Amino acid sequence: MSALPMAGAPANVNLAGLTKNDYRGNPTTLCQGCGHNSISNQIISAMYEMNVLPENVIKFSGIGCSSKSPTYFMNRSFGFNSLHGRMPSIATGALFGDHTLKGIGVSGDGDTASIGMGQFKHVMRRNVNMVYIIENNGVYGLTKGQFSATAEKGLALKKQGTNPYMPVDICMEAVISNATFVARSFAGNPKQVKELLKAAFAHKGIAVLDIISPCVTFNNQDNAYHSYAWGKDHEEPLHDITYIAPRNEIMLEREMNEGEIREVAMHDGSVVILKNLEKGYDPTNRFEALRALEEAQRNNWLATGLIYITEDKEALVDTYNLVDTPLNRLTDADLRPAPEMINKINALMF
Amino acid sequence: MNKVVNDFSITVGTKNGSGSSTANNTILRAIFKMGIPVSGKNLFPSNIQGLPTWYTIRASKDGYLGRREDQDIVIAINPDSFARDLASVAPGGAFFYADDIKQPITRADIAIYPMPVKEIVKKDPNVPSDFRDLVGNMVYVGVLAQLIDIDMEKITAALNFHFKGKQKPIDMNLNAVKAGYEWAKANLEKKDPFFLEHMDKTDGMIMADGNTAAALGSIFGGTQFVAWYPITPATSLAEAMNDYFPMLRPREDGKHTYAVVQAEDELAAIGMTVGAGWSGLRAMTSTSGPGLSLMTEFAGLAYYAEVPIVVWDIQRIGPSTGLPTRTSQADLSFTIGMGHGDSDSIVLLPGDINECFEFGWKAFDVAERFQTPVFVLSDLDMGMNQWMSKPFEYPATPMDRGKVLWEKDLEELKGNWGRYLDKDSDGVTYRTFPGNKHPLSSYFTRGTGHDEYAKYTEDANTFHRNMERLKNKFETAKQYVPKPVTHLTKGSNVAIMAYGSTESAINEARAQLEKEHGIKADFMRVRAVPFSPEVDEFVKKYDQIFVVEMNRDGQLHQLLSLAYPIAVSSLKSVAFGDGMPASAKWIREGILAQYTASSAKLAKPAKKAVAKKLPVKKAAPKKPAAKKTKAAKSGKKGAK
Repeated sequence: MSALPMAGAPANVNLAGLTKNDYRGNPTTLCQGCGHNSISNQIISAMYEMNVLPENVIKFSGIGCSSKSPTYFMNRSFGFNSLHGRMPSIATGALFGDHTLKGIGVSGDGDTASIGMGQFKHVMRRNVNMVYIIENNGVYGLTKGQFSATAEKGLALKKQGTNPYMPVDICMEAVISNATFVARSFAGNPKQVKELLKAAFAHKGIAVLDIISPCVTFNNQDNAYHSYAWGKDHEEPLHDITYIAPRNEIMLEREMNEGEIREVAMHDGSVVILKNLEKGYDPTNRFEALRALEEAQRNNWLATGLIYITEDKEALVDTYNLVDTPLNRLTDADLRPAPEMINKINALMF
Repeated sequence: MNKVVNDFSITVGTKNGSGSSTANNTILRAIFKMGIPVSGKNLFPSNIQGLPTWYTIRASKDGYLGRREDQDIVIAINPDSFARDLASVAPGGAFFYADDIKQPITRADIAIYPMPVKEIVKKDPNVPSDFRDLVGNMVYVGVLAQLIDIDMEKITAALNFHFKGKQKPIDMNLNAVKAGYEWAKANLEKKDPFFLEHMDKTDGMIMADGNTAAALGSIFGGTQFVAWYPITPATSLAEAMNDYFPMLRPREDGKHTYAVVQAEDELAAIGMTVGAGWSGLRAMTSTSGPGLSLMTEFAGLAYYAEVPIVVWDIQRIGPSTGLPTRTSQADLSFTIGMGHGDSDSIVLLPGDINECFEFGWKAFDVAERFQTPVFVLSDLDMGMNQWMSKPFEYPATPMDRGKVLWEKDLEELKGNWGRYLDKDSDGVTYRTFPGNKHPLSSYFTRGTGHDEYAKYTEDANTFHRNMERLKNKFETAKQYVPKPVTHLTKGSNVAIMAYGSTESAINEARAQLEKEHGIKADFMRVRAVPFSPEVDEFVKKYDQIFVVEMNRDGQLHQLLSLAYPIAVSSLKSVAFGDGMPASAKWIREGILAQYTASSAKLAKPAKKAVAKKLPVKKAAPKKPAAKKTKAAKSGKKGAK
């Protein structure tokens, strides 16, 4: 492990002994001002601050602008840029290879809510152990500006006319599909994005993060729901969110007053602290989550924050009762039945 | 009347879901235990309950296990198919029927046996009324046993096996068999020529279906991950893996070294398989026709990103939904280069139950050695029907995990590593698995253009170089894939080529061709694509090579013609696809329709020297077929 700095390490290293540079990727090839780049930067910061070893993460994506972004963070992690709409199945299989690894998947609204809707719903159901980020801009960028399934009804685009269909609400789909962690954020609110990323990474199981990420080239008119201007004007945070690392790691400042805050304990001992802004929103209540999403939809609010969380359900690899050694490190002796078993089998064949 | 011993077929016509499979399996197993080579074929509808279904058992003293078109003995239990069943009996045959079916008997050229099935069952007070239809099936077993001499002891053994020693159902069923037997003894006069006599030709043999064999072989191959979606006729393969994993891979801590995931569709099934294969697991899926179509995009990704996976295709007849419960060999053209753009696949072609087991483990060695999708083409006839087989053999070679680098390997290489860097000039590069903790272990996998270090590139030269390397990889694979099986005949003048489950029917046809037409045919059964060098040699040796296969267009014929333009004029297609398993009859007739006597000279002299090097798996059958038949003019199978 020659790359791990030991004695005499510079002061800007984290507890994993890594600098922030160790979490960076290749230079982005997305448009300047693209919300996706801001999200990549927050992933880098969140992983650095959480002292995650990049080798313990697998990056996944499908196809589209958003799906290119895993090359722009964490070069030391394995990554799989797969097929359009099929990131969930690739991730599901790959994470069986080594159950100690965590997935970070980046998808887009086309990749998830159109071509990938089926796999999206089923990866929720299976509670695969990964952060599932949707960089949601309501538009197809790489093919130069067609409506996606999350585009709002009535949106007008240059070559497409007016969108006649109702949008898919990714968070609502996730909650309905029994996702165990559902959050929404806005790329223009990097602090919230980072805190939610940390909480999502600490969550065991699937953590859906629908991040409204404006497309500066094809869908950034001031009145479009997936634009910076609209997002800033209509963002309705459910709470301020702070992620506190497990107790044995560095404690962040806890400055909130009792009565206003709500703590959500994560399986690994970390805590998400939600500071309620108005009413007492309870993200552990699935019924309440659906109500909040419906209310936001009716009022044209961009409700952001941790919408739903449950830590009660086991992650997919745990349901399979796998051996402690990662499956991909098992040897012939573990995998091939002993020679005498062949006679046992033949005896069963009449 | 001449006795016909151990060489006839029995077909039972019943309703789907009526529970006749216990009865039919009992007959099959009893004959097998009498030492007589036997095969059973289920001709079933795509339906859960109610439609006509047929089960054909063939006893063959010569060991021919292929389908026989003549129906010697027919047992009719289903009023809906009664007329058709009656008409199907070959002249001189026998017809048994449940006598509650009141339909006209229109044949005088066969033996007719009415059976009071319902009455006999009603007499047994131990059979609950709702079990009468099920147990009623055992009555015809008894009647048949009495008339053709099925050994009652072997019937008992078969029921014991079927009910795993549970006395109550064994007794209930055995009593019905005995009642049928006694009734026949007292009331029927033997009017047909068919008899069974003990032989010793099944000693040491097993009976199994190909899907079970494939599942077992895969487990012996160290399978770690299976993702699948239910589809006939592949379902029983994945289900058998679920059944046998706990027994074959037990651990003291009770934990699992494998996972079987039922996916939401075939897209996800192969997607998960590709994910697992990429992360270093021996990963597989099983499917058929429509499922295979759905897997195409991922197959292309796995080819180009170089991910080892194994896909079992239990072929059924298409196109589209086709006939979901009928067999075929029509997926060869589709699988050899599955995916858009230039692509290749390694395709393995098992020909019998034993090879389903063998290729079960071997497919992983091939896939991991060449880091590419391997398709294993079985078919419904092989996969779902019971076949007599040599016992399964323990894998002859240790697991070949291919070129894999772990932490210490990377440390030794000191960074001199690229995921697609061809260090050995064989087209096969080195890979690492997620979870490898070496900081230089990771790479980014993609279906987009990439260079030797897995970095994204649109550079024309790099793209071209990579594609040429992939081509070279498949050249390397030719030496590694299973070699063909060859049967030579002394004085041969023509040859037959085929793949898969048709071997038994082809050997039967070869015996008939030699006996009745003086045509001596060598036979090569191809077992993999790309073709190994032995195939190159073989196709050049004959003026006439008949390529026999169960599809419309002659897909193997097309493939051979493309691969060996020099042999195009000698390659003749004998292809037929109607969903039924190959029979010696249509093979023989198909060959005769294309056979040219004038050019049929002895095989070229060069052949002998080469022939000795070819692996001869089995001797050609010596005994000719029992019945003499006229050469057909049509070349295709006649209507039934």
